[in-house]
Amino acid sequence: MGEEAPILEAERVSLRFGGVRALTDVSFSVRRGEIFSIIGPNGAGKTSMVNCISGRYRPTEGRIRFEGRDITRLRTNRRAAIGIGRTFQNLALFGHMTVLDNIMVGRHHLLRHGFLTGMLYWFGGAQREEIAHRREVEEIIDFLEIQHVRKAVAGTLPYGLRKRVELARAVALRPKLILLDEPMAGMNLEEKEDMARYILDLNEEWGMTVLMIEHDMGVVMDISHRVMVLDFGKKIAEGAPEAVLADEHVKRAYLGEADEVVSEAPEATEPVAP
Amino acid sequence: MDWSLLLQLTLNGLIVGALYGVVAMSFVLIYKASQVVNFAQGEFLLVGAWVCWWLLTSWQLPFWAGFLVTLAFMTVFGVVLQVVVLRPLIGEPVISVIMATIGLGIFFQALMKWMFGVFAQPFPPIFTTERVTVLGLEVQSVYLLSLAISVLIMLGFWWFFTFSRHGLAMRATAFDQQVAQSLGVSVPRVFAMAWAISAVVSAVAGVVVGVVNGVSSALSFYGIKVFPAVILGGLDSIVGAVLGGIIVGVLENWAQYLDAEWLHWGNMYAIAPFYALILILLIKPYGLFGTQNIERV
Repeated sequence: MGEEAPILEAERVSLRFGGVRALTDVSFSVRRGEIFSIIGPNGAGKTSMVNCISGRYRPTEGRIRFEGRDITRLRTNRRAAIGIGRTFQNLALFGHMTVLDNIMVGRHHLLRHGFLTGMLYWFGGAQREEIAHRREVEEIIDFLEIQHVRKAVAGTLPYGLRKRVELARAVALRPKLILLDEPMAGMNLEEKEDMARYILDLNEEWGMTVLMIEHDMGVVMDISHRVMVLDFGKKIAEGAPEAVLADEHVKRAYLGEADEVVSEAPEATEPVAP
Repeated sequence: MDWSLLLQLTLNGLIVGALYGVVAMSFVLIYKASQVVNFAQGEFLLVGAWVCWWLLTSWQLPFWAGFLVTLAFMTVFGVVLQVVVLRPLIGEPVISVIMATIGLGIFFQALMKWMFGVFAQPFPPIFTTERVTVLGLEVQSVYLLSLAISVLIMLGFWWFFTFSRHGLAMRATAFDQQVAQSLGVSVPRVFAMAWAISAVVSAVAGVVVGVVNGVSSALSFYGIKVFPAVILGGLDSIVGAVLGGIIVGVLENWAQYLDAEWLHWGNMYAIAPFYALILILLIKPYGLFGTQNIERV
């Protein structure tokens, strides 16, 4: 990974909702090309942190830099365009659209042809553009092994597949940094293994930097390069997985008292949408 | 029973209903994209028709040029309205937004009367009016043309939402703004686009009606007729809007037939759609195709 400048830097980020302090003075940086996990008990501010990065929330204080550029005040859709993709904790697919359409929305900012040039479909290059995009979309579909459902309406798919489609949609943005909010929540062992493999491939073969929130400690320890632990909105540890796991604070805050290491079952921090 | 009259009225209903459908579609477009109930939809027709009329009579532009300029004007009109009036209202209570659109309606209604007078003005003759016989019925060619234009607009909508990237972005935004944004869709731009398209399409309908019946403030009644149509079809369904429009068009003509043949109460034509509206709200409050919002407590 070398001494390159970090792809993402958070500097003393605080987030308050009225009197509730969701995040307090959190600083960390993600290096280009790594898999960086955020863990912590429910309500620790993990999703708030991701929302600050993706632009859904504005930090009350502090700044966030992406590739050296201050993005603290940048609009959400601009962040997507400069290379930050994300998935959501509680599946956020466009339920009534087909899988293919869902993924094509992810390519919105990459499509050049609009309403007028699109009408000159065969002459203005819109057709060529669509073919190129479709090829790339097919590549993503192949990679995530969702060929068989591409024409299906997203809302009708089983949960594990929907998670994959959502990942495909985020990948379609061709982000440099992909934010995954509990990619394995509610999955069985086999699905989790598949998902872990996709994440590793995205990281190693597609060259995406991954920032993820995950509750399954086994997965986190296996695939993360570095881990940050949040508790009550504060950072209590950061480092290599083994080092973090060995940390006394972490044991106390997250894994229970003393040396009793419990692998926590995935729990929804918010009520899961029906 | 007078079968040929019934048939004639049914055909009229289809033709007028298709226009209602077009206006209802543009109403639903705004509602779907930006969750605004636009009470000024009828005034879009009014403004579009007057602007076109003014270009043709005062500037003596040929119809096609005047029409294109009108469309360009309405694009700007829609965007400006959204940016100046409705964008600052994002996040305000629904009732404030509704008040604002009612206000816009009254404002443009009055502005048009002030600028162009209160009397109906005929369009300069554009198409030679002929009578065509369809299935044994006499129809004016302009009516057929208006039907053709309505169908064309509907196909255009379908194409736009199915195949264009902005259509896709608009559908995504209608479903979930936050998620659409995180995928790189600019929500303010989608809103502005929805208003622009809605204004343009309504203006086309306005010009069509203007050409057939002359331009007057009566055009804004189309904005009111839209309500039974969209409530029938479901507030957030484009297909529902089209069908709702056609049903309302046919319904009011049948009501007129009923009235003329037997009831003799008078004015059923104008009132029947609203009876239907009340009935629908009682039986199927989400309309035929609308999303059923089930709220869990």
